[in-house]
Amino acid sequence: VLVSGTVQLFHTCLVNEIAPEVGMAAARLLERRGFDVAVPLDQTCCGQPAYNAGFHDEARAVARHTLAVLEATEGPIVVPSGSCADMIVHQYEVLFHGQPDWRQRAHAVSLRTRELSQLLFESRPAAPAAPPPGAPRVAYHPSCHLLRGLRVRDQPLALLADTGAELVAFDDQEECCGFGGVFSIKSPEISASIMDRKLQALETAAPERLVSCDLGCLMHLGGGLRRRGSAIQVQHLAEALDEAGS
Amino acid sequence: VTAAALPPFADRARTALADTNLHVALGRATGQLGSRRALAFSSLEDSERIRDQVRRTKMELLRDLASHLEQFEERLVAGGVRVHWADDAAAANRTVLDIARASGVRRIVKSKSMATEETHLNETLEGAGLHVVETDLGEYVVQIGRDRPSHIILPIIHMTREDVGRRMNETIGVPYSDDPATLARYAREKLRDEFLAADMGITGANFGVAETGTICLVTNEGNGRMVTTLPRVHVVMMGIERLVPTMADLDLALKLLARSATGQKITAYTSLLRGPRRTGDECGAQEMHVVLLDNGRAEILAGEDAEILGCIRCGACLNVCPIYKSIGGHAYGDTYPGPVGAVVTPGLKGLRRWSPLPEASTLCGACRDVCPLRLDIPRMLLGLRGRATREGGAPAALRTGMKAFAWAAARPTAYRALTAVGRWVMRAKAHDGWIRRAPGLAGGWTRFRDLRAPAARTFQDLWRERSPGTRR
Repeated sequence: VLVSGTVQLFHTCLVNEIAPEVGMAAARLLERRGFDVAVPLDQTCCGQPAYNAGFHDEARAVARHTLAVLEATEGPIVVPSGSCADMIVHQYEVLFHGQPDWRQRAHAVSLRTRELSQLLFESRPAAPAAPPPGAPRVAYHPSCHLLRGLRVRDQPLALLADTGAELVAFDDQEECCGFGGVFSIKSPEISASIMDRKLQALETAAPERLVSCDLGCLMHLGGGLRRRGSAIQVQHLAEALDEAGS
Repeated sequence: VTAAALPPFADRARTALADTNLHVALGRATGQLGSRRALAFSSLEDSERIRDQVRRTKMELLRDLASHLEQFEERLVAGGVRVHWADDAAAANRTVLDIARASGVRRIVKSKSMATEETHLNETLEGAGLHVVETDLGEYVVQIGRDRPSHIILPIIHMTREDVGRRMNETIGVPYSDDPATLARYAREKLRDEFLAADMGITGANFGVAETGTICLVTNEGNGRMVTTLPRVHVVMMGIERLVPTMADLDLALKLLARSATGQKITAYTSLLRGPRRTGDECGAQEMHVVLLDNGRAEILAGEDAEILGCIRCGACLNVCPIYKSIGGHAYGDTYPGPVGAVVTPGLKGLRRWSPLPEASTLCGACRDVCPLRLDIPRMLLGLRGRATREGGAPAALRTGMKAFAWAAARPTAYRALTAVGRWVMRAKAHDGWIRRAPGLAGGWTRFRDLRAPAARTFQDLWRERSPGTRR
């Protein structure tokens, strides 16, 4: 189990542009676990938007850049997103199927890459600090690439439970939220219909917060909740944990 | 609906989304199926190993399909079955019509078959003046309403029982009821005469066993048994990929099929057919034919998505698909809906016209997880999207945008400059950090949800400020 040394933060494009506080929270969490956090500043995006939209030559160009940036570093690579982590861990090797040298390089980087909750769970203190009183009612949305791509199911829940949060279950919790990246703007009606089912289930469960490990899902669900005038707030796992002093 | 009259996918999806009755029907059925499936699998010891084994068997079979087909044909012929090969739908339908004419057939009963749905066999036969009746209850309800099935195993999943009651009342004149047992009794009364008067029975095949030349047919209503034993001629139409090598393989595949399809440990009726009636047999068709349908399958087999031919048509991927739950089966526009259809339809009929189907997915992976053979449908959907884009299928604005994105994302300095402009533009449209109406492609987003505006300062800005020594 890793508990010290330098970790490389692949902050993801969305965190960089839209929600920098998620990256800062992730860095603080990792530092409190004893890691030194380094940020490779030439990173841009993992290339997933192009890959999922069928622009595979373009995705390969971005992936080659990302691999070159990450190869120049050492230690675990930590990603505060299930879908970006899955892109690096699983999809790069698919993308470079016909290019053995790049496939090999992708494989080497994939072995170093962890989604944030995986690393935080593995480095969890034996006896977590007593949770502060008055912790919120939290619903957790398992994002698809984290759950079914990286097979991370229990770690985020355990980390949230450590904060003393009251975890609220809701109907069809493991069903997709309908975001799907480019799908959300190319097929907005279908995307919104799936979102509506999710939000309805959430509103029935009535948590104070909705926490997830993927900013894409959170932007989609949070934007939908705001349009509905809902009081449920969305929050990235990193912020929820950081706020609770994990 | 003829091919020419089929509206674009986006319109079909929109129509389905507006159909509140459809959502009531789908919601009732898919929820139930999910929990029943889970329960049925919990009773199967070693289910994960069985899934792996059936997958391996089927993939190996597909790698050497030709020789398995040869063996299958040889065993069928040895059992007295006449085997016909059909390159496409038209040839398959012509073959069945020729068999009917040669045997003086006038009345036909059918049990549920996706292959004949795919070839639109009923239209050919009815066009030639033959009387054709579907005997699966769901398919019967489809037929009397001149409807199309919307699910691989539950053809009328798009209808509530109230809808079914109304349709039966209006088309076959039975009193209205919304009680499933009563509706089934009405259909059974109508169908009994059809079974007894039919000259020909047409079925599909759930599996063909290469080693023994066995046709395996599963039903829950017993109609398959009637269709294959009462009429004097029995015709099977099946895709060339529907084989398993041995009876032992069939046993494992059946364990998965019933559980995945309907959440049963075993279907009510499992028929194993090895040729027409023999001397001394008390029942069975006097003449049995098997039509082996290619219709694009050989092309799929030769391509990147050969894996999809391992599909055992259980329909489980439909029941868990968030897209299918939203738009139902008809919106997919062809015989095979849902995740499997989004791979099979472009494969059988051409990607150019059917490229919207692989796009209609969030790539959530629920289909791959539920698939008894773990077929990697998301991988195949991604591959199809890649091919569609290479063949010029993407809108110009998206193409330009993606090329610009990829160019910049491989050049950090340019990327930082361009995203800075993007942030500035978006922030100019925001109020209190949110955008209610975005222009261009992002407009699709803001029709249904608010869009969080980009941050004034990026994470990298904050990080460099916190760690002043950090070199860019």
